[in-house]
Amino acid sequence: MTDAATEQLLEITLRVNGVRRTASAPARRLLSDFLRHDLGLTGTHVGCEHGVCGACTVLLDGEPARACLVFAVTAQAHEVTTVEGIGHDPANLSPVQQAFAECHALQCGFCTPGFITTITAYLDENPQPTPEEAREAISGNLCRCTGYQNIVKAVVRASEIVREREEETR
Amino acid sequence: MTTRQVGEPVQRREDPRLLTGNGRYLDDLGLGALQAAFVRSPHAHARVVDIDITDAWELDGVEAIYTWEDLDGRVGEPLPVLIPHPALTHPRTGYCLAKSEVNHVGEAVVMVVARDRYVAEDACGRIHVTYETLKPVVGLENARAATRLVHDDAPGNVAANLLQEVGDVDSAMAAAPNTLTLELEIERSACMPMEGKGVYARWDADDASLRIYSSTQTSTGVRAAVAAKLEMPLAKVEVVTPDVGGGFGVKIMHPWPEEVLVPWAARRLGRDVKWTEDRREHFVSSAHERGQLQEVTVGFDDDGRLLALDVRFWHDNGAYTPYGIIVPIITATQLLGPYKPGAYRVEFWSLYTNTVLVTPYRGAGRPQGCYAMERTMDAIAAHLGLDRTEVRSRNFIQPDEMPYDQGLMFQDGRPLKYDSGDFPASLAKLKDLVGWDDFAAYREQAAREGRRVGLGIGCYVEGTGVGPYEGGHVQVETSGRVNVATGLTTQGQGHQTVLAQIVADQLGVRLEDVHVTTGDTRRMAYAVGTFASRGAVMSGNAVALAAKVVRDKALRIAADALEVSADDLEIVDGVISVKGAPGTSIDLKTIAVMSNPLRYAFDTAAQAATQFAGTFDPDKPPVADDDEPGLEGQDFYSPTQATFANGMHAAVVETDPVTAEIRILRYCVIHDCGVMVNPMIVEGQVHGGVAQGVGGALYERMVYDEGGQLLNASFMDFLVPYASEVPHVETDHLETPSPLNPLGLKGAGEAGTIPVTAVIASAVEDAEGFPIRSMPISPAELWELRRQHSSVPVALEGAS
Ligand code: FES
Ligand code: FES
Repeated sequence: MTDAATEQLLEITLRVNGVRRTASAPARRLLSDFLRHDLGLTGTHVGCEHGVCGACTVLLDGEPARACLVFAVTAQAHEVTTVEGIGHDPANLSPVQQAFAECHALQCGFCTPGFITTITAYLDENPQPTPEEAREAISGNLCRCTGYQNIVKAVVRASEIVREREEETR
Repeated sequence: MTTRQVGEPVQRREDPRLLTGNGRYLDDLGLGALQAAFVRSPHAHARVVDIDITDAWELDGVEAIYTWEDLDGRVGEPLPVLIPHPALTHPRTGYCLAKSEVNHVGEAVVMVVARDRYVAEDACGRIHVTYETLKPVVGLENARAATRLVHDDAPGNVAANLLQEVGDVDSAMAAAPNTLTLELEIERSACMPMEGKGVYARWDADDASLRIYSSTQTSTGVRAAVAAKLEMPLAKVEVVTPDVGGGFGVKIMHPWPEEVLVPWAARRLGRDVKWTEDRREHFVSSAHERGQLQEVTVGFDDDGRLLALDVRFWHDNGAYTPYGIIVPIITATQLLGPYKPGAYRVEFWSLYTNTVLVTPYRGAGRPQGCYAMERTMDAIAAHLGLDRTEVRSRNFIQPDEMPYDQGLMFQDGRPLKYDSGDFPASLAKLKDLVGWDDFAAYREQAAREGRRVGLGIGCYVEGTGVGPYEGGHVQVETSGRVNVATGLTTQGQGHQTVLAQIVADQLGVRLEDVHVTTGDTRRMAYAVGTFASRGAVMSGNAVALAAKVVRDKALRIAADALEVSADDLEIVDGVISVKGAPGTSIDLKTIAVMSNPLRYAFDTAAQAATQFAGTFDPDKPPVADDDEPGLEGQDFYSPTQATFANGMHAAVVETDPVTAEIRILRYCVIHDCGVMVNPMIVEGQVHGGVAQGVGGALYERMVYDEGGQLLNASFMDFLVPYASEVPHVETDHLETPSPLNPLGLKGAGEAGTIPVTAVIASAVEDAEGFPIRSMPISPAELWELRRQHSSVPVALEGAS
């Protein structure tokens, strides 16, 4: 038997979507795989595994990060938000999710979780983006279906929904 | 009155699920399944001499390692030629695992099944394959020269040679006052869905059955192929297509070797086995498209009217031809677009190269055909000094000439006969939208600002909705829920919404009550697949027919119950009532209860249908001879020929005078796909299509070196456009309904992509003033062209 036969498993604990989650995985396990296959949070998708497409984007302590470029162990004790943490109930969509549905900003939906996490974080920083700023904000994520036009629209619409909801609860 | 759903931009029913991480794509399934990985050939052409797996076996967690030697029965035979054609004289296919020779980098040689993918890949790294390398054939020039062969027994590297001719081209050409010859080139690209391929198989030993999940565009095709390969009864194989993260053609090819091997291994091991393709695997082992060399000779009169068109082209089909010659046939026939060519002759050679195989990619051969024709139109206009739209319009088939038979055989073996369309109207709309007639002024204005701009145009006709058939099944539950099933799959086109809209209208129920299942052989065993923009045309009409079966049955039962004539009844929002007398009504769900005579009352609704409830005629059987229990029905739609959608695009580009960077300033689309079921979804299809077209026109290419290595097999190096590269698309629509089907539909899936390469070439040519004959075009290539076409040396950098 070789080294790999005795690959050491580490107990990894993360705060995922506000909940403490622990699982054992080897040191080389990618955060994307850890979330998907060890914790069963399959909302985070993997499109390239080399950091280019953005499908695997999660929020790491609130900042967008590519889960395929992070080892799960290095996220130990950090706070991870996946698309499930932004909204997991189809009947109760977050503003960004709602805007995507309204604007037809998704087709196959595979790239979508990465856009949702990215845009959710972006709107915290810039709550009222122009269409040009919106385009800029999403230009690190690949989508092969939509041609981006409706995603740009959805970013702007999401900022309106945030305000509409604030007004409703006021 | 029920709101009519067809024609409304209703929000998609699939979205809430997909938006919240509740989608189920292939890799989301099968937690705990064993994982497969493959040793793939590092050589483009080589003989496999020896495979040593000893080291790999030592790894903990490795469950199985298979080479070709292990493949039993038909699994060890070559993969099928899916679409044979008489002109495909030398079809060649690979094996699930390479037998003795590999013909492209990435061909699977060894399969490893392990506890997880990490371990499976570790094992792959420890497998030593000895190859005897052979000189590869890379690129069309080399394939055509045929100094070396890909397959020893395919002379000249020719897989197929096909010629079609309408009229007498030689004499028409000889008589033409003007002739031009164009040499054209278009490079390889690829579908690149964000989700790669994947297969997950479960063997049920007790039942001796297989359930396969595959990220495919055809579940019935995979089912039949796997059953044949594994020599199993069809009834013991089920294929379910879960959510699919994009296909664009690459997932219509089947069975991929992995689609055979994963189920085979699952049966052999008695364990769940899964394989998820990674991005590099997708680049080197899934299909590409587009690569062609073309030679067009055209004869025309002094007004620019076509008299003779003679086209020859060479198509790169890669290492194998499992999907036949569909792509070059489409190029050959769809090249004609909206025009009357005069006499037309087209001949193509489909050639082998030691590169990944070529199967349809969104547009499937049409972008190349459109490029050839539209480059030709522009060349005629330039030759005669005529406006480019004028030349086009002089060659248009007129609306009163529809249906128009081009006299050729299309990809489905049926006549290339356009069903409807109004090309002059489309062109007028396009000129309006882009401001064609005002462009000269804009160009001058731009020139005064030191900017160089160009305007381009491209027109196409697209055969959509090809047969042979699709089916629909509609069932009303006693709760009022309407279940609809069709066998074709979906990969993001919103079929669950579009088909629900159609059924809601046809049956007279609320959209919320309709639930559509696609691509599940358990629900609809007869189906073809999702490709060639056929989803809405084929399954849309099939579910409409099935809904009509159900509606007729419901009205018949209701007519009996209400003691009125069925003709006097209507169904609105799931309630059947007498027209004009809304007081007399009965719920559709109640009819569902009544349609099924019951012995057992399992709930209160069911009580109404048991043998001691209500009145009945004791002299008649509970289910009449010509009837069946249940409120459900099935029907199939099978058209005589394809529908033909069409469209026209125009773009304004700006080329940087110094860096030769190309920017698309405006992109305009006129689109006619007949009746639009959901205009919002149609728009989305156009946007996405244009984005892929822009990729093909400016960025995407498969860079093979002489040795057959794909140098850009990652998203770092193969440039899929981001939001920063894709223009805002301005659209307008024309609806010329298809007379071929009851709903008047034509397909819309590929339209956006088809003319983009032609349009951008046209626009760059217009900006620069010299011909563009090779696409895609990069700034470096444009800069080089400027150098060649300029007597004065071009500025190297910021000439100030
Ligand atoms: S999967 Fe992480 S960026 Fe593509
Ligand atoms: S919606 Fe399919 S990749 Fe973006």
